[in-house]
Amino acid sequence: MTNSDAAISVRDLRKIYGTFTALDGVSFDIAHGETFALLGPNGAGKSTTIEILEGYRDRTSGEARVLGVDPGRGGLDWKARLGIVLQSTGESGNVTVREQLTHFAGFYPQPRDVDEVIEAVGLVEKQKTLIRKLSGGQRRRVDVALGIIGNPALLFLDEPTTGFDPESRRQFWQLIRSLKSEGTTILLTTHYLDEAANLGDRAGIIAGGRLIDIGTIDEIGGADARVPLVRWVDGGVQREERTGSPSTLVARLVGENGGRELVGLEVVRPSLEDVYLGLVAAYERSGEAGFDTRARTSSGGASGPLLSTMLAHPATRPADTAAEGVAR
Amino acid sequence: MSSSAIPRLPAGRSLRLGGSRIVDEVRGYFRQGDSVFFTFLFPLVMLTIFSTAFSNQSFGSDATGGDVSAASYYLPGMLAAGLLLSGLQNLAVDIATERSDGTLKRLAGTPLPVTSYFIGKIGQVLVTGTAQATILLLTAWLLFGVDLPTTAEKWLTFGWVFLLGVTTSAVLGIALSQLPSSGKSATAVVIPITLVLQFISGVYLPFSQLPEWLQNVANFFPLKWMAQGMRSVFLPENFEAAEPGGLWNLAGVVLALAAWLVVGLVACRIFFRWIRKDS
Repeated sequence: MTNSDAAISVRDLRKIYGTFTALDGVSFDIAHGETFALLGPNGAGKSTTIEILEGYRDRTSGEARVLGVDPGRGGLDWKARLGIVLQSTGESGNVTVREQLTHFAGFYPQPRDVDEVIEAVGLVEKQKTLIRKLSGGQRRRVDVALGIIGNPALLFLDEPTTGFDPESRRQFWQLIRSLKSEGTTILLTTHYLDEAANLGDRAGIIAGGRLIDIGTIDEIGGADARVPLVRWVDGGVQREERTGSPSTLVARLVGENGGRELVGLEVVRPSLEDVYLGLVAAYERSGEAGFDTRARTSSGGASGPLLSTMLAHPATRPADTAAEGVAR
Repeated sequence: MSSSAIPRLPAGRSLRLGGSRIVDEVRGYFRQGDSVFFTFLFPLVMLTIFSTAFSNQSFGSDATGGDVSAASYYLPGMLAAGLLLSGLQNLAVDIATERSDGTLKRLAGTPLPVTSYFIGKIGQVLVTGTAQATILLLTAWLLFGVDLPTTAEKWLTFGWVFLLGVTTSAVLGIALSQLPSSGKSATAVVIPITLVLQFISGVYLPFSQLPEWLQNVANFFPLKWMAQGMRSVFLPENFEAAEPGGLWNLAGVVLALAAWLVVGLVACRIFFRWIRKDS
């Protein structure tokens, strides 16, 4: 049964193309006002999921409710409550930014103000430029602007910041945060894990058409996957140790070192990216070993003990990426 | 139960948004350089070439013995070709391109009614087709000294042949837009069809000089009937004798175009999809 209180509710969603199973029983809920990041490698089923929920694709089986409506049968009233930013677009773009936004605003019963939206996506200086003359990143901002012009209750963002420079990405995050604060529900897919960590309340990780984990950004992957890693150099050899009490370990190491500074000391808390890579790698290993992955998708809630065991050796990344990932 | 949370959209949006689509479509049309040339200006270019190249030739004489110039002779054919290009060729290529470049997918995700989209397309064809016919008529009249009809009856005939022709052509264009598998192949699929039709339907070559079997083939398609209707308006009365059966056969024009209009509407209803699901 789908959850009628949720903005999006999916149960046992399956999508089969001929002999290829793109989605193999995915279940999750997204609450109203929540920002949910759907993560996964290319071809894992992220876009298939999001396009089923947007009403673009039919599901093979399973249940889905988006704002209480079956997305396969959503009418214009339903579409008026959605904002959709598709993955890629290549329209001829023979209209200016302002013309396009004004035109699209007319489709919706309570659109946002065109000037405000142009301002919010940082295209004030380009508003009278033909869309085809914009750079890739600027065109992407037009896509985002078109996604929010209708003042949606639910916003789908499929890899929204591809092609953005770091500054534009930060501006975009700011925009999404302000949408969040207004109560917009957001379903985001992205390959930038720092983006998911910065914006998401919760994340789901999808691989091979299955949801391999779901949880809050701080908890996904389970406690074991988040055990800090202490690295130091001892006699020219790189050493590392995972521990729940890194301060104690560092104090002990300093003591052993006669109170002198430790060479190359790092305390790394696994970022979402580390956890993600660990989960996906563990999933792929389990596939090779013929492990029955079904057990893990059935719960759909916090990760079970099996997952934690598999995460005993998550991939680790240098401290620079980790620092940003856990900044929130 | 759940749909109660979703407010209903106000009624009557389809027409208002259709009007907004027409503005957007016409603007986009004239900013697209190749569509302006290959569908809008092409008949004008051809009329100019024929009128200039054959300026010393007579294409027959009217009842009072006056020569019929190349411009007078080719004007009805070019008007008919304009209907085919502005409607069928333009929309078939345009919509196939919009399907493959993501325009339709984006629109399908908005509360824009499909009806409004069609109003926009057909409105675009009406606006650009009317502008095209006006420019053709003015050029023929002012530049090449063609005598335009002076009776209300002739202009009435022109009016309905134009409207029925352009609408049928537009609807067939929408139906045909399903044929090309991608936007890139659209012109390669559509232009040969319209080009062959123009050659066998009495646009570039005098219809009466075509072999009978080719005339019979052309009889099956709408362009021949549009050209015949236009000839009845712009050629002298005594040219009627050269038509098949020695008649303008306006009843045949109505029947043939109306039949194609119905075929086009049915094909649109059956085949038109906002996007190809699961492709």
